[in-house]
Amino acid sequence: MSSASNFFTSKLSDTLGWARKYSIFQYPFVTACCGMEYMSTAAGHYDVDRFGAGFPRFSPRQSDVLFVVGTISHKMAPVLKTVYDQMCEPKWVVAFGVCTCTGGFYDNYSTVMGIDTIIPVDIYIPGCPPRPENVIDGLMKLQDKIQRGEQSRTLYDPRTKTGRPAHVQQGYTIAQHIKDIESAT
Amino acid sequence: MTPLQRIQEKFSKEIIETHAFRGDETVIIRPGALLAVAQFLKETPELDFNFLMDLTAVDYLFFAGGRIQKKSRFEVVYHFYSLKNNQRLRLKVPIDEENPEVDTLSDLWPSANWYEREVWDMFGIRFKGHPNLKRILMYEEFKGHALRKDYPFNKRQPLIGPMN
Repeated sequence: MSSASNFFTSKLSDTLGWARKYSIFQYPFVTACCGMEYMSTAAGHYDVDRFGAGFPRFSPRQSDVLFVVGTISHKMAPVLKTVYDQMCEPKWVVAFGVCTCTGGFYDNYSTVMGIDTIIPVDIYIPGCPPRPENVIDGLMKLQDKIQRGEQSRTLYDPRTKTGRPAHVQQGYTIAQHIKDIESAT
Repeated sequence: MTPLQRIQEKFSKEIIETHAFRGDETVIIRPGALLAVAQFLKETPELDFNFLMDLTAVDYLFFAGGRIQKKSRFEVVYHFYSLKNNQRLRLKVPIDEENPEVDTLSDLWPSANWYEREVWDMFGIRFKGHPNLKRILMYEEFKGHALRKDYPFNKRQPLIGPMN
């Protein structure tokens, strides 16, 4: 830290992490009831701006953190993937609420059972919906992760029940996808 | 004269069954007479059912755990409301499994357009004469009709990503 000669010494990566974690430009991908709790977290009472995350951008090009707030249906999944792909590096993803974490109480023809099967997720905030305190806790954990310079690069594969590198997903073809459907039914 | 009595008087041959409970009247008619009955309900000045409140379908496969076997597998259910008379009427039309088709009401009530698309999407019942009969909730790639009782409850058809 400060020495007698008034020089400030640190690692560049630490400084970058410090700068990034206090200027989170978030993209709110709000699809369902969790949106209410997201709004109350963002509003004055809980004031997410204290953590430098009070500036939502509605363009994925300008944002660092993708907040996926609410149930994602199979019809919506390609849209979510496109939004994630359009974001510039470095980027992080927060799964807000149980529906985005695991599918929650849904187990039906229309719901994606956890967005981590489509895009890599950094922080999971469970709850139906999570309380603002819970969200802020998740946000602080995300800040720690940003400070450490870590990003999630794995997807959850329900067939093997393990993670796999995200780039495998990119080669996942429609033909393979149809084969998967047929083998599972 | 109640709407039920008027229909009974005019379409006695087309009625399969009627019942009424505390002023809520239900008529079950043959599918061939649907358009005529609907037009009669809407365009008779004293009835004036100007509001199609709901249009949905029921799949009676495995009804009551399979103990009750209906003649027709499906029923399309219409709920009409007359704002002028503050009166409701429920109309049901049995639909066969082999040829699940019935006339569209979208020419009489424009709101039927999207309802009928939903019924097509979820139950696979076609509406003859519908201007734009395609899926409204599910994606075009989706195979089958999700709310049919023989659609496997654990069948998944994701657009992207693995089966889950």
